[in-house]
Amino acid sequence: MTARMPMPPARQAVFAVALSLMFAGHLASLPAASGDAPPAMSFHLSLIGALLLAGASVQRLAALDRPRWAASFSALLFGLWVLFFWQIGVTAFEVPRVLLPSPLAIAQSLVDHAATLGRDFVQTVLKAVLVGWLLGSALGFAVGVAIDRLPFLQRGLLPVASLSSTIPLVAVAPIMVMWFGFEWPSKAAVVVLMTFFPMLVATLAGLQAAGRLERELMHSYAAGYLRTLLDLRLPCAVPFIVSALKINATLALIGAIVAEFFGSPTVGLGFRISTEAAKMNMALVWGAIVVAAVTGSVAYALLVRLERRWAFWHPSVRSR
Amino acid sequence: MRTMSDWTKRSGPVAAVLGALVVVWYLGCIGLNSQGAIERVLPSQPGWTWTDLVAVTWNMERPVLPAPHQIALDLWTSIVDWPLDSPRNLLLHVAVTAQSTLVGFVLGTLLGIVLAAAIVHSRTLDRALLPWIVASQTVPVLAIAPIVLVILGSLGFAGIAPKAAIAMYLCFFPVTVAMVQGLRSPQRIETELMHTYAATRLQAFWLLRMPAALPFLFPSLRVAIAAGLVGAMVAELPTGAQAGLGAKLLTGSYYGNTVGIWSALVMSALLGLALTAAVSAVERVALHGGRR
Repeated sequence: MTARMPMPPARQAVFAVALSLMFAGHLASLPAASGDAPPAMSFHLSLIGALLLAGASVQRLAALDRPRWAASFSALLFGLWVLFFWQIGVTAFEVPRVLLPSPLAIAQSLVDHAATLGRDFVQTVLKAVLVGWLLGSALGFAVGVAIDRLPFLQRGLLPVASLSSTIPLVAVAPIMVMWFGFEWPSKAAVVVLMTFFPMLVATLAGLQAAGRLERELMHSYAAGYLRTLLDLRLPCAVPFIVSALKINATLALIGAIVAEFFGSPTVGLGFRISTEAAKMNMALVWGAIVVAAVTGSVAYALLVRLERRWAFWHPSVRSR
Repeated sequence: MRTMSDWTKRSGPVAAVLGALVVVWYLGCIGLNSQGAIERVLPSQPGWTWTDLVAVTWNMERPVLPAPHQIALDLWTSIVDWPLDSPRNLLLHVAVTAQSTLVGFVLGTLLGIVLAAAIVHSRTLDRALLPWIVASQTVPVLAIAPIVLVILGSLGFAGIAPKAAIAMYLCFFPVTVAMVQGLRSPQRIETELMHTYAATRLQAFWLLRMPAALPFLFPSLRVAIAAGLVGAMVAELPTGAQAGLGAKLLTGSYYGNTVGIWSALVMSALLGLALTAAVSAVERVALHGGRR
């Protein structure tokens, strides 16, 4: 080897990514990759080579300190590689669709059943989750504010509310179905119950968050209870409340979907997942899960934006 | 130190709230069950009064809302009158669900800790995998349960394995995220001290990172075991499982056995509380050496 400058890391990463993409293209062009021929020795070797190159590309990219988007890009690249090898592996080795449909088959079923999944989305997310989440969070907040001046009730309710997180509350679904029928109100009721306690705990904690100094300042301004509550303590409670809203968004989605496992009309994401799984129509099951996952992430992202807007002053937001 | 009077000061309000809940419950029974009582039971007793109505609503065969004493009686007869291996004994169902929860919890915790250790020591995993694990916390991963059941079922796994698998993957996410945080919590000065002692990476892991991560681990374990319990119960729904609290809830709702549903619900709440209390007890021993 002649002495030469080592390649700079950024160029190494670009090189590794380009090489791995090219090799992946070669792998995908082999007849076995599209299921046209049984996987031969050459395919196996190509597959191993592509796996090693893909690993190297992610590793090189993750090793970069700059640019800043290299970190998120390596996560993205990793996700793409998982999808790619999932697709290639499932088609080449003819994994039964019952076990694991390929990503393209899932995308295809998302398109084919867009109308069905759209109705499921409206039923589960826009009706059960949204109504239940709003109602449960609002109730938790209202009760939290209402018992703010009743320390006896606070001391009594707080341990009960904290313990409720250890209880599988979603199991009330069959009772709610008996009370409110099979339609979405019974699912919304489950969601209300699941989201109420986290919001109550967060509101109570948030109302205690205002510092003694600030409270005494308000007192010295001759501000009454209501004025202090509105101008000092509620604004101080906002970060707690928004983070409870975030927790509740995930809880609400889980609650509505699982409640539909217990009995539902013939529409809804949870119904779709459980019945299509029983019919072994796995592509559609995965499609419904994709819808639920995207909904959860989008809801979370929206709430993070809300947090940035409402609680921009809080240290936990500023540090990000 | 917590004194006895301190304890009564804390438990007094809780007892009052729970007492109020029982009163509201009994009143709710009157309100919710009275229609059924007037339509179905009371016509056989002409000239009934308010006291008759109240007595009937609190002791109905298939109430909309069973009274607390009916649930307690149902639990008592199911536990005392039937042998432990009878499906009518709720303790059997509790044991079945607890078993799959615990197996899944232990496996999921181990997997989470191992993965977190790998993530802390590998920049590639940290940047490529961790964002996905964190993002998965915003996604209803429980929805994958039916798929896991179908896959494991067609691979020939039956019995406890599918249920434990679902409990496991639900436990593993929160543990991984918390352990990554915990293993990273040692200050730079502490890691440098280990370095001056010429400690190997393995020694630094066991002597510094692992103890520092424990306060992060236990809260996530409490989250994990609650999630695992829900997972195990949901896993009992579509398999046509004969035993387990989830199966008991579902059969109760098929046959309109309200009291049975409520007893199963109470038992699952008690199981959840007991499992979390067990984790907290381990935490006290591990973090405070049994003190406090």
